[in-house]
Amino acid sequence: MENRAIFSGRLLACLLVFPQLAISLIFFYWPAAQALWQSFLVQDAFGLSTEFVWFENYVNLLKTPEYYQAIGTTFFFSLLVVFFSLAFGLLLAVMANRNIAGVQIYRTFLIIPYAVAPAVASVLFIFMFQPGLGMIARALQRNGVDWNPVLNGNHAMILIVVVAVWNQISYNFLFFLAGLQSIPRSVIEAAAIDGARPMRRFWTIVFPLLSPTTFFLIIVNITYAFFNTLGIIDTATEGGPNGSTATLVYKVFLDGKAGSDLGGSAAQSVILMIIVIVLTAIQFRYVEKKVHY
Amino acid sequence: MALRHFGAAAAVALTVGMTASPALAVTEIQWWHAMTGPNNDVVVKLANDFNASQSDYKIVPTFKGSYADTLNAGIAAFRAGNAPGIMQVFEVGTATMMAAKGAIKPVSDLMKEQGEKFDPQSYLPAITGYYSTAKGEMLSFPFNSSSMVMWVNLDALKKAGIDAPPKTWPEVFADAKKLHATSPTCGFSSSWITWGLIEQFSAWHNIPIGTKANGLDGFDTVLEFNNPLETKLLENLVELQKDKSYDYSGRTNTGEGRFTSGECGLYMTSSAFYPNVKANAKFNYTAVPMPYFPDVKDAPQNSIIGGASLWVMGGKSKEEYKGIAKFFTFLSDTDRQVYLHEVSGYLPITKAAYDKTKASGFYEKNPILEVPLKELTNKPPTENSRGLRFGGMVQMRDVWSEEIEAALAGKKSAKEALDAAVSRGNQMLRQFERTATK
Repeated sequence: MENRAIFSGRLLACLLVFPQLAISLIFFYWPAAQALWQSFLVQDAFGLSTEFVWFENYVNLLKTPEYYQAIGTTFFFSLLVVFFSLAFGLLLAVMANRNIAGVQIYRTFLIIPYAVAPAVASVLFIFMFQPGLGMIARALQRNGVDWNPVLNGNHAMILIVVVAVWNQISYNFLFFLAGLQSIPRSVIEAAAIDGARPMRRFWTIVFPLLSPTTFFLIIVNITYAFFNTLGIIDTATEGGPNGSTATLVYKVFLDGKAGSDLGGSAAQSVILMIIVIVLTAIQFRYVEKKVHY
Repeated sequence: MALRHFGAAAAVALTVGMTASPALAVTEIQWWHAMTGPNNDVVVKLANDFNASQSDYKIVPTFKGSYADTLNAGIAAFRAGNAPGIMQVFEVGTATMMAAKGAIKPVSDLMKEQGEKFDPQSYLPAITGYYSTAKGEMLSFPFNSSSMVMWVNLDALKKAGIDAPPKTWPEVFADAKKLHATSPTCGFSSSWITWGLIEQFSAWHNIPIGTKANGLDGFDTVLEFNNPLETKLLENLVELQKDKSYDYSGRTNTGEGRFTSGECGLYMTSSAFYPNVKANAKFNYTAVPMPYFPDVKDAPQNSIIGGASLWVMGGKSKEEYKGIAKFFTFLSDTDRQVYLHEVSGYLPITKAAYDKTKASGFYEKNPILEVPLKELTNKPPTENSRGLRFGGMVQMRDVWSEEIEAALAGKKSAKEALDAAVSRGNQMLRQFERTATK
């Protein structure tokens, strides 16, 4: 049963762990420490004057109503993105997991959207949804929908959710498809012989067996919705209108880059980091228990 | 075959390298800018012409992305000890640059030190005012300036039964309603809303945006644009937004296509929109000065500029400064300014260049290009119309836009939105003041 690799000397072990450690140190711990340090400072854009202010940046942040709005926006947006991108990814994977002619071609087409950069995806969708110019926007307006994402916060939210989901479906599709293909046919066939209908087979056998994949994808998708949608939001709505699509990571970017408010931006990134650590911990602690490997 | 080509290319590269090496005494000056398309060609041509005119200095222009990208690239380079000699910074970045004492070299100091002839009086006052200290010392070198105008679709006006382009805000509101009857989605719209509806609007009506001459006289400025006139404007727009007689088109200029496509008959945006309208509008068009409220005494005043100026970075060598000073003298040349104005659509920055363009009859054929100049020179600038200088202006414009959006979307009243814009802006100003003065 015991199947551990045992190293005779400490040196070899250290040597083997070193590259991974070095990468973590350089690309995670060092920048994280920098952000933490920066969050205690008030500094001008050029770095000419620096003042150590303890927790003032945090206090200021927690006094702004817009920050709480951003927290709410982030959770709402992430929930929608994770749910819809997983649901559609799974749906498409189930459909593509059948024995039909040309299945390879369908699969390839379903994977292609992942190759489109988020910013490019945004631009594509903006062209379609821009009031007065986009085809879809014009069609909506002709049919009596007062579509206007530059002024209506809900419309702007729909727009970025659609782009973010569209951009992520392929990734989820790919993993779900691989997951589906690793489920033994015999189990499903046995259930079919016992008279279980397709929906029942799916929810009682296939879906539970997919749980490791689903769990992995939930974490990846939450991270995606929290962090990687920055480009989409920047190109599609710039956080507007009235801050209704400004997620936490977008605010970090906006205040730090456009506003040159490095201290405030660093404080935000530290809080964001803590939120994500807590979220991930909760998932591993509680959700993972429901996963059957 | 391919290999032989490679050999030949290498040989050529080698000879070029060797013949170029004796000229190593040439001082290279990096010029970071944000000009795209035809205006990028103008920048390259200016650099080439200057380089060809003498053999001691070489201006090397580099495109660094949008205005904000260029500013950020410059700041990052400075922090890494590697700033360019000249940086093009848009007008709202002025306070950020100015507050960075030691990071920049004021242009008036540079020209004096280098003994170059430099007379601030020869520039258009509305332009110099924006880039000068309270004492009148020019901090940066004006490069490309524009102002805001009202673009008019003459065909759409005729169709709506309107005889002449509107001059006042009440006329704009009335025309917007009539235009809306013919175009269900838009009568009147605008780009760069904070620039147009707060910054230009205040200057045009000679009312302050903030204390201390809109921040030009000190960083301890307090915003105060939540006044009755500004509230009246916003209330009217909110009312028109309800049926889309006015229809909001976003914070920047992404909605400008709504004018050229004929959707919005009236459109307020930068005069630099001209080349685009010329290329794309399939209707009779013109541009007129920004509207004003006729019940405001002495309105209109004068407009303020947009666009960018050139900043000289600190800590460079003597040779570099000498070259930059010579380059600025080269740029100020009247004929060169006339050329810049006519080819780029941006404004001439010197009085002599304006007069010369006028004398040549250029504006008779291109009356639209004179509209922003007439706005800028309408009256001598006052405390409220010299320009503005607020720290963190890029971020602040976002905050102001957010509040205007809240009003237009009906989430807040006009007054509530403006009060919030002012108080949120003031917090940012205090933060900026704190780092700027130390």
